[in-house]
Amino acid sequence: MAYQSYVLICGGTACCSGGGDKIAEEFKKQLAEQKLDETVQVVTTGCLGFCEQGPIVKILPQGTFYVQVKDADVKEIVAEHLVKGRVVQRLCYDPEQAKKLVAEANIPFYQKQYRIVLRNCGVIDPEKIEDYIARDGYKAMEKVLFEMKPEDVVEEILKSGLRGRGGAGFPTGMKWKFAMQQPKGQKYMVCNADEGDPGAYMDRSTLEGDPHSVLEAMAIAGYAIGASKGFIYIRAEYPLAIHRLQVAIKQAKELGLLGDDILGSGFSFDIELRFGAGAFVCGEETALLQSIEGLRGMPRPRPPFPAVKGLWGCPTVINNVETLANIPVIINNGADWFNKIGTATTKGTKVFALTGKVNNSGLIEVPMGTTLREIIFDIGGGIRGGHQFKAAQTGGPSGGIIPPQFLDTPIDYESLAKIGSIMGSGGLIVMDETDCVVDIAKFYLDFTVDESCGKCAPCRIGGRKLLNYLKKISDGRGTEQDIADMQQICDAMNKASLCGLGQTASNPVRSTLRYFMDEYMEHINDKKCRAGKCSKLVTYKIDAAKCKGCTMCARKCPASAITGTLKNPHVIDPAKCVKCGACEATCKFGAISHG
Amino acid sequence: MSKELAQLTPELKAFIEEWKEKPGNLIMVLHQVQQTYGYIPREVAIEVSELLNVPLAKIYGVVTFYNFFKLQKAGKYIIQVCLGTACYLRGGDDLMKELERQLGIGVNGTTPDGLFSIEAVRCLGCCGLAPVIVVNGEVHGKLETKSIAGIIEKYRKLG
Repeated sequence: MAYQSYVLICGGTACCSGGGDKIAEEFKKQLAEQKLDETVQVVTTGCLGFCEQGPIVKILPQGTFYVQVKDADVKEIVAEHLVKGRVVQRLCYDPEQAKKLVAEANIPFYQKQYRIVLRNCGVIDPEKIEDYIARDGYKAMEKVLFEMKPEDVVEEILKSGLRGRGGAGFPTGMKWKFAMQQPKGQKYMVCNADEGDPGAYMDRSTLEGDPHSVLEAMAIAGYAIGASKGFIYIRAEYPLAIHRLQVAIKQAKELGLLGDDILGSGFSFDIELRFGAGAFVCGEETALLQSIEGLRGMPRPRPPFPAVKGLWGCPTVINNVETLANIPVIINNGADWFNKIGTATTKGTKVFALTGKVNNSGLIEVPMGTTLREIIFDIGGGIRGGHQFKAAQTGGPSGGIIPPQFLDTPIDYESLAKIGSIMGSGGLIVMDETDCVVDIAKFYLDFTVDESCGKCAPCRIGGRKLLNYLKKISDGRGTEQDIADMQQICDAMNKASLCGLGQTASNPVRSTLRYFMDEYMEHINDKKCRAGKCSKLVTYKIDAAKCKGCTMCARKCPASAITGTLKNPHVIDPAKCVKCGACEATCKFGAISHG
Repeated sequence: MSKELAQLTPELKAFIEEWKEKPGNLIMVLHQVQQTYGYIPREVAIEVSELLNVPLAKIYGVVTFYNFFKLQKAGKYIIQVCLGTACYLRGGDDLMKELERQLGIGVNGTTPDGLFSIEAVRCLGCCGLAPVIVVNGEVHGKLETKSIAGIIEKYRKLG
């Protein structure tokens, strides 16, 4: 029985939280009432990416794209669109100036995207293996098992130029080659799904939307390196992704696509899940392995690299979720096809979680070499609330802050490193002029200090010292000597730390010092924070001419710092003021300002 | 021995039996313990130590290393405030201050009536809804400080 139409409902975390889960139920109910349940299929898919406008509903075959759908809207969509074939205009995405856009292909958010990793996200039901198989799923595994030798697989991945998407950009084929060359015996294939960067959720969305792509890739990698066992190390904070992986593994085993003697090829491969427990440092390969072994996740010096000596001393390959999701497509379409996408040094696409002060937050995938300007202004729709673009941050706590003059830099591993940032795992956070660089650097250092495992001194002590300097500057007690000291600590941490966490922890400080020195100097010399974020440097004032004496601010003030009588202008006592901003938010007459 | 064993639920005991021989089982077992009790009770940690033949000190070493594991029982409603970068930029910090002020407790604190706990978390992966808080798994997104009072009241009424 073929369906005539499909209702795709985004089942990503953001849309589910926004009420997406109730919408699917409502659709089923309404369709049954209209006796359409035989001809229209309701599919809960993975993340469609356009989280800002969620919950999202897409109707196929027309490709009509409805945004911010509520369960109360379902009845209308069914009655109008599915019964009468008329688009419900009021629920279509509508950028201010343009005419109503109906189909997804017409929405600027999607026009510059190119989906390889997210090819199935938002298209298939992630809990149905049949959906994945219908989209060429497990075809690459079959090809590898019956038509290719392990060396051919490694060669193909090497030729494709695929590099690790976890952040460092090490060639994936090289990793596989090292592990393949190790003597036969117990080897392991590990998927790193411990996505710990604050502000990044690419891997979560991939696992929630297309779990089988990762399982298939792990089996391919297992065949190539000679491993019969795989582990997925996943954050315990991602219950939906865990559930979908468990369902996927069970289904694959039932069909003989995982387990003993896969498809009668003689190759056996089994996958188990291991849960992380909230330690950022476990994103580091050697720490991750310790954690799978049930120990404290502390890194160890390399070499020996995990490809030689990894899990329980056996050769182990660790690949990130996004890296793996590329593998089946490369095998199916060939390395030469993949090689054509991207820049000279960096092939393929990159998934970014675009967030912060941008109009269209969401999950996007673009070819390498796309510029920041295209991402932030074309796809992201520019800065929220008419504010000015100040900087973009990539690579999370290990990355740097990119100022406006580099908006047109084509993104790849090398170009980002050259301007003092890193590709990272894919968090892309946009900041406007109300964000203070000292405050941002402090925010990231606070994070890395908290997450430092404490094993090596440069990271443990250096990070703490840097944070103290930043606090001092933010409080208006900084000196110019502090800047020189900070630069020295940054260099020492970068050179002497044991693992990636410590080596890159100073990047937010280094890059802000490099591009926003004038703002540091303002904090130090003028005791001023132009963004108004460093609360110790901010003073609140009441404009007596505008104040109507309504007493609202005095009642809201938690520190009783505001005095005045009814219908007379009020005043703030700066000695008592805790700079919470409650008064400014409360005032109906715009009489209170800060600077 | 038998008296202490009574502390474990049968399901938990079965889980430990199942995992006993698997290498690297400790973290998975601790996850199950926390799921059962909401935290890692000391008596249970001692039990686990005996059943898995792992020193208690090693168990505490692991428990205190990872943010996810708790040593104290939390309130009935656990309010997680996202302090990931996107939420921070859109005012997650202000939500935290407002919660602390209204409930009169700090981060990781629990109200005297045992109803609410506040936790800071790093990125819940729904940055499109920033800033967000999660109360016992229910996500509240695109919040302002003035929405906090209503949310607390809603759960207080549920009791």
